[in-house]
Amino acid sequence: MDLLDKFDATTALRESLPFKKADPFTVVMDEIISETEAMIGGRQTILAGTNNYMGMTFHEDAIEAAKDALDKFGTGTTGSRVLNGTYGGHKALEATIAEFYGMKHCMVFSTGYQANLGMLSALGGKDDYIIIDADSHASIYDGCAMGNATIVRFKHNDVEHMEKRLKRIPEGAHKLLVVEGMYSMLGDAAPLKELLEIGKKYGCMTLVDEAHSMGFCGENGRGVAEELGVEHLVDFFVGTFSKSVGTVGGFAVSNHPKFDVLRYVSRPYIFTASLPPSVVASATASIKAIQRSGNRRAHLWENARQLHAGLKEAGFNLCTEKAESPIIAVHLPDAMIGTKFWEQLLMEGVYVNMAAPPATPAGMFLMRVSVCAQHTSEQISQIIKRFIITAEKTGLNLNS
Amino acid sequence: MANAETFETICALIAPLNKKGIELKPESSFAVDLELDSLTVMDLVAEIEDEFDILLPLNLLPDLETIQHVADAVEKILAEG
Repeated sequence: MDLLDKFDATTALRESLPFKKADPFTVVMDEIISETEAMIGGRQTILAGTNNYMGMTFHEDAIEAAKDALDKFGTGTTGSRVLNGTYGGHKALEATIAEFYGMKHCMVFSTGYQANLGMLSALGGKDDYIIIDADSHASIYDGCAMGNATIVRFKHNDVEHMEKRLKRIPEGAHKLLVVEGMYSMLGDAAPLKELLEIGKKYGCMTLVDEAHSMGFCGENGRGVAEELGVEHLVDFFVGTFSKSVGTVGGFAVSNHPKFDVLRYVSRPYIFTASLPPSVVASATASIKAIQRSGNRRAHLWENARQLHAGLKEAGFNLCTEKAESPIIAVHLPDAMIGTKFWEQLLMEGVYVNMAAPPATPAGMFLMRVSVCAQHTSEQISQIIKRFIITAEKTGLNLNS
Repeated sequence: MANAETFETICALIAPLNKKGIELKPESSFAVDLELDSLTVMDLVAEIEDEFDILLPLNLLPDLETIQHVADAVEKILAEG
């Protein structure tokens, strides 16, 4: 008897993938040259799978603020937000995010994952209902599992399917509708206007996770809800610092007058150490910079459109009709070709994410590319060129 | 025990997914006998919900291993109205 025996199927699957020269699960970035390049296995590589959408990881203001905080406040807080772990910097960061979203309240969590755990587990009480999209991120599923609510799932981005289910929930029950602005695997945006309007019609409170849309969607970079002009239908926004903001951490914002009580009941907020002062300082500086980053936003969208158009023209199967986000997902027929393709592409000097079930919808095998505002047009051309070379070398048939 | 009609209705929804063509019995399990992956189960759950106009919450799913389990759960939910 061995407790680890139950993972034998996973081990077998892992070992069946024919990696020879590199392995997507054990890649090491030996040196980070810039927001867009790294040394991997002695090879200079274009990074096209980092979620570093706005390229803030080396932003001067963020680095300077982090160094200063490190000198003044030390390496860590060694404590919970509700004990010794709230510094002036944490409060300043919460005020910065609340202002960024034009909302009254903000709570900062130690990761984006914990922000969802913390919000959903606390909001979803025994007699409540949480309604989620089937393609929700693991943190949403796990937050649901941690709470006591009844969980109802609807087909991805399917407004009608959702409404059918909302109708079946007992009248008078408290309901929370949870959706993401942008879905991270395929890079497809949600029809937030329709989803939120229907949700409100049935009396739901609403939570929108803008993890993969903050920074570049909407005039101020607040996300898809801003882009679509439906922020007034959102009760809670959840977001992360680990994508566009370029560091680590998560947050929730709201106008709800009772919001702050969550600080005393949300276990993923309470029972963990707060973010180090340097991370907090760089997140604050980065969000302020993002507010002023109209040019970066514009260039990021140019990059996304250039990559989408280039790969489409070359005959790759793309998961979205047009570039809906900086995430461009390329659909590959199966695990064997996908594995070879990923490996060869890395040998050509391009790093992308290999995404496989169960992280992907409908059992799809994907090369998930995410572009950065700091990629030059020349780098995007190189990515396209190397995709084409890789297709030739791995025998992937392209559409003509 | 769920009645035969409920069982038959559920079996009709499973039939197109029964790739190995096994005989559908009350004790047939989704994971082992029918070899359905979690994504297929998700679609099946949605179809059963729409067929009976009920909700089969995610919380229940880990306990629904066989066709009998699902049929019983459906009837219980219908009875509770």
